[in-house]
Amino acid sequence: MSVELDVFVGNTTIMDEEVYQLWLDGYTVDDAVAVRMEGGALQVFEASMEVLHSDTMDQFRTFQMCERLLYYPSKLTNQLLFQIPPQKQAMLIERYYEFDSTFAREVLGKKLSKGTKKDLDDISTKTGITLKSCRRQFDNFKRVFKVVEELKGPLVENVQHHFLLSDALARDYAAIVFFANSRFETGKRKLQYLSFQDFAFCAGQLISNWTVGAVDNMMEDMDVDLEKDFLHNLKELKILINDKDMLDQHRNLVCAQLRGKITVFGEMEANFKNLSRALVNIAAKLTHTKDVRDLFIDLVEKFVEPCRSDRWAIGDVRLFLTHYTSTAHSLDSFRYQQIWERYMGVIKSCILKMYHD
Amino acid sequence: MPGKLKAKIVAGRHLPVMDRASDLTDAFVEVKFGNTTFKTDVFPKSLNPQWNSEWFKFEVDDEDLQDEPLQITVLDHDTYSANDAIGKVYIDIDPLLSSEAATVISGWFPIYDTIHGIRGEINVLVKVDLFNDLNRFRQSSCGVRFFCTTSIPLCYRAVVVHGFVEELVVNEDPEYQWIDRIRTPRASNEARQRLISLMSGELQRKIGLKVLEMGGNAVVGYLQCFDLEGESGLVVRAIGTACTLEKLSGGGATNNAQHTANSSPSKDMKEPVFGDECPSNPLSSGPSTPLRAPPFTSFSPSKSYSRQSSSSDTDISLTPKTGMGSGGSAGKEAGPLKILLRQQTQTALEQREFPFFTLTSFPQGFLLHVAGVVSARSVKLLDRIHNPALGSTRSYKLLDWSSCSADEPETRDAWWEELRQEIKSHARALGCHAVVGYSESTSICEEVCILSASGTAAVLNCRFLQDGCLDVLSEHRCDDSAPPGCGFCHVPYDELNMPFPAQLSPCCCCHRTKVPDVLFTTIDLPTDAQVTGKGCLIQARLCRLKKKSQGEGNATCISNLLPFLEYELHTQLLNKLKLCGMNALFGLCIQISVGENMLVGLASATGVYLSALPSPGGIQIAGKTPNDLTYDQHVSSIQRKINDTIVKNRELYEIHITEVAEDVIGSPIPEPRQRSRLFRSHSESSDELSELDLSHGKKDAFVLEIDDTDAVEDLHSLLTDAPTPPGFYSCNTEIMPGIYNWTSAIQMFTSVRVFRLNNANLTNLGLNKIFNELCENLLKSLYFKLRSMVPCCLCRLNFTVAVPEDELIQVCLLCVCVSVRVSIAETEEQLQFPLELNAESASPLSPKGSGTPSVDYSSFADRCSSWIEQLRLRAHTIRRGSIKTSSSPLPEGRSRSLRSTRSFPGSSVSVVKMTPLSFIPGAKIVKYLGIINMFFIRETTSLREEGGVSGFLHAFIAEVFAMVRAHVAALGGNAVVSYSMKECVFMENPNKNQAQCLINVSGDAVIFTRESDQEGHLPQTSHPQPTEDTPP
Repeated sequence: MSVELDVFVGNTTIMDEEVYQLWLDGYTVDDAVAVRMEGGALQVFEASMEVLHSDTMDQFRTFQMCERLLYYPSKLTNQLLFQIPPQKQAMLIERYYEFDSTFAREVLGKKLSKGTKKDLDDISTKTGITLKSCRRQFDNFKRVFKVVEELKGPLVENVQHHFLLSDALARDYAAIVFFANSRFETGKRKLQYLSFQDFAFCAGQLISNWTVGAVDNMMEDMDVDLEKDFLHNLKELKILINDKDMLDQHRNLVCAQLRGKITVFGEMEANFKNLSRALVNIAAKLTHTKDVRDLFIDLVEKFVEPCRSDRWAIGDVRLFLTHYTSTAHSLDSFRYQQIWERYMGVIKSCILKMYHD
Repeated sequence: MPGKLKAKIVAGRHLPVMDRASDLTDAFVEVKFGNTTFKTDVFPKSLNPQWNSEWFKFEVDDEDLQDEPLQITVLDHDTYSANDAIGKVYIDIDPLLSSEAATVISGWFPIYDTIHGIRGEINVLVKVDLFNDLNRFRQSSCGVRFFCTTSIPLCYRAVVVHGFVEELVVNEDPEYQWIDRIRTPRASNEARQRLISLMSGELQRKIGLKVLEMGGNAVVGYLQCFDLEGESGLVVRAIGTACTLEKLSGGGATNNAQHTANSSPSKDMKEPVFGDECPSNPLSSGPSTPLRAPPFTSFSPSKSYSRQSSSSDTDISLTPKTGMGSGGSAGKEAGPLKILLRQQTQTALEQREFPFFTLTSFPQGFLLHVAGVVSARSVKLLDRIHNPALGSTRSYKLLDWSSCSADEPETRDAWWEELRQEIKSHARALGCHAVVGYSESTSICEEVCILSASGTAAVLNCRFLQDGCLDVLSEHRCDDSAPPGCGFCHVPYDELNMPFPAQLSPCCCCHRTKVPDVLFTTIDLPTDAQVTGKGCLIQARLCRLKKKSQGEGNATCISNLLPFLEYELHTQLLNKLKLCGMNALFGLCIQISVGENMLVGLASATGVYLSALPSPGGIQIAGKTPNDLTYDQHVSSIQRKINDTIVKNRELYEIHITEVAEDVIGSPIPEPRQRSRLFRSHSESSDELSELDLSHGKKDAFVLEIDDTDAVEDLHSLLTDAPTPPGFYSCNTEIMPGIYNWTSAIQMFTSVRVFRLNNANLTNLGLNKIFNELCENLLKSLYFKLRSMVPCCLCRLNFTVAVPEDELIQVCLLCVCVSVRVSIAETEEQLQFPLELNAESASPLSPKGSGTPSVDYSSFADRCSSWIEQLRLRAHTIRRGSIKTSSSPLPEGRSRSLRSTRSFPGSSVSVVKMTPLSFIPGAKIVKYLGIINMFFIRETTSLREEGGVSGFLHAFIAEVFAMVRAHVAALGGNAVVSYSMKECVFMENPNKNQAQCLINVSGDAVIFTRESDQEGHLPQTSHPQPTEDTPP
């Protein structure tokens, strides 16, 4: 005797969040049944293995049928095939678009193309995430990217509007889209210690401060690209290191402020010129796309690493950057206050986020 | 031109990509009614076209309006080749033909293709302008309302119940025409869908005409079925109860009214004050009925009514139509005491050819006595009716399906007529003049067809029957001999002149009249019935092997097997009933399905303990070889098991009887075994008409001899039935006896399973075991699936079995799960305080019912809710635990909790509830919008790609639900009640990667409002509770 056919269809579609998660995680039906059994599902109403298997099959089928709708979540909300309560719909969408940060970290900054898709096998073995789940996550990134890429207006809102995601998740997607678009280098060995969340934070800073949409909130503006004029103007900051007097004056001002306040004062004083040169040079180079991509590696190599080797505490870094930024205003012949603020604001928060082991 | 149909095509959305090059579609729409077709413009390159067409106007006869559906076809324009069809929408415009139903159809309809399923949606607007037509010879019956509901619809009052109406139409099945070999599967499926739509329309129109002729305005309990007879054609038949309905001005009786009535059977007895209030409310004062008054007032005899096709009514006296009160033909078998009553009632009823009622629940006072189930079956050979005319008219009929050969329906009519006569005579033998809860069904395998009819023999209130005036109700009950709580159980036949050997005993409630020891019925539990404890679902399941044979031999073989099958089912039911400690079955439905090499029988019913009937006897085990000591031990161990089960079940169903019933259990002297009488007769046709009278339900004490293999089998099936898990109740009737606090959280579902029996040489015993397990596992699956709804009740649990192929058994299940609110009367806690409760409620001074004992009420409730809490908690923690394991292989993911405050974009799709019940718990039905009767075919040639048979059927059932919901929403409704799946025929050919499925569903579209809808956000509250993961 064998079950040839076994279906259960409710007028209100029955979906178990736990089974949904198993499906999202790419489990096969049998594996999912095993997990559920371990979880003690059998104790409920003397359910047998067959019952559990049949239930899991049913739900996996339902999810498969829903998947097509989840590609464009607005479809899910006005389709007629499944009657799903709104809270449940929100859950389905949110969970479907949630991703593993370890996976996202691997793909971050890579081109979302077929080539990368081929690497998913490796990523799967490296991260321990099933290939099926990797594919879903990758396809989600790609789909969101494609839809949002050409849209005008604030990136986060676009993601939220088209994919009906929660605010936090939409921000993460914005970061992924932003990184994929600008192709920031994140894969270098030296950057390996940084998590997805670190980068996502930095992306958020860049999006809200350095893009076109950041200055004038016009809806027609694109949020995906950095503002060209701003990057061009950053060249002017070179005066801070090229003008010997200004550099000394700047150092003196910073030292005056920090004396007695940081433990690594000596090192700071000795290294000031190098650090200042590094930060200003990074700024000046940003006109080239290639150098924009290297922003994070530059920050790590030129600033984070030197400080770390001198054993700066995070508090020291914060104080230094704060005063380094603010004292520039007191420089008599420095006229690029606004650009300086805009540049240093982002750099400071990025460095602080990246300054850990 | 008595009607103008107007249609407007507004827009489409989510259309499929038809042009691969552009990934877009150039869609246009054809709107067809009858032979007239209109087209919209092509809306180029869009998946969301906005046609916004003009109003297409069709000027048509109202006859066509009733028969034809509006056919909307969405196509993709192609400049160079033929236009590709995307899909179709059939809209039944019948609801627009009645002034009281819907006025406009407007909404999004899924575009359906029989090969691809749903492909996008289309927004359509349809209206009808009807001109008054006073032509007496008209062929249309516009305005007659149809209800699937088998009781008087909630916001109506029955002025007159006219009686039985039936009709059938026969046609050739397009699937079996020669042209089917050359046309595409799509064309063939569409031809079939369209034909059946036409035939149902025609059928409804014809039945409507009969109703008008009888002076009625509605059909209640409308039951339409298809017989796919294969080569020999397609039969669409329907039965129903003609009524004259009047809308209640008070907005409609809430089901709550029904519920309070139902929940107070004991009140009627114990609180005379309240009980007397009711009849003293004169109903004649106006249509606004008092809360408890039945929505039914009189039962006037209509003129006699003979069917067009009836031919041999020789034994039925058709008395003149005005012959009220005249003696007429008195019941021959009636006893002296009852003669008067019978004279009166019979005159009224005997004018009818068939005094049958498809209703299953009745207004109070309507049903006087119930005798038991009457059923009749007959086996017919389909190829025998091959009509010579059929061959000759073939080519003609291909062109016009709606014309059918004139003599064919006659044959089918005659078959059913035979059966109905049979039923009628059974009822008479039981001293009854009417049959209620009547239904008909068929099972077809190749050329053999089993026709079945069953109902409950009953005596109806003579006063209802005698008087046509409205104030009947005020008089009734004053001198009524039957108290409301137990009256219907009293035997209608005379004790000295019993139609069969039976045991009668004095009624346990009134001690005045005799009652049988067991009562089987096909109706719902009367609302005023006095019940002890709770009810439960009782099923008897049986498979019997049969030799494969052909033609007449096959038919004879089947008709020989039938009586035994029925007898065994009956025995099983009775045993299980006793095992539950109950004494009556309601909603009994016995299905017998025929396959090539087996017969499958499934009987489902809801068991209850009727307070009026005597306590059921126990089950006695006896061995045949008493000398053997070990054997004796075996026997006694089984006996002990059985006795334990009975005691346990009594606890479970809260059956506490004052007269200690435990004595009866295991009493050493078994009562003589009585067999239900089997009698058979031969009909004129050479096919055997076997009949089995199960009505008696009169067997007591059961000696099961376990030497007998059958007995072992019985025993096995008795003891293997797993009890329902805590928190679950199940029944196949509308309302669960003993459970009243329903919440509004409902979940309707359909489940289908097909089993393949791999073992070719199975024995009856093995087969039975498999079938039994199949059903049990299905139920277990349900309990697991619905675990988050506990405590809950599975209502209207409807099983359908079929044997689609040689070694396949198919079981379909349709059911609604209703969450139950916990209250003191509902929990096990009650067990501990039965005495207090009884004492409290028995005192006539107690303020209100049995529910409020003055003892610590709060602690009761606390304990009860904590019990439920525990149950839920258990389910919850288990889920939690496994989530942890599931995410273990990953580094802790970022689990984001959804912010509940985040406004989710409101979906444009309105929620439509579906339920097989005739009401919606916690809500009030304000309007009936019309009948939903839909037939769909789905076929695939890429079965594997669609996820195999399960994937295919899963998608199809979901699509059917979606289409039903869309139609209801377009009519302006928010629910379907009395929803049922009449047919689910599934065929597969995995080798060819093909499958086909036919589904027929029906129900009543309604608008309901929540009873607690003060806040006024209906859309929010009308969402069914999410059935999963709602942490308490």
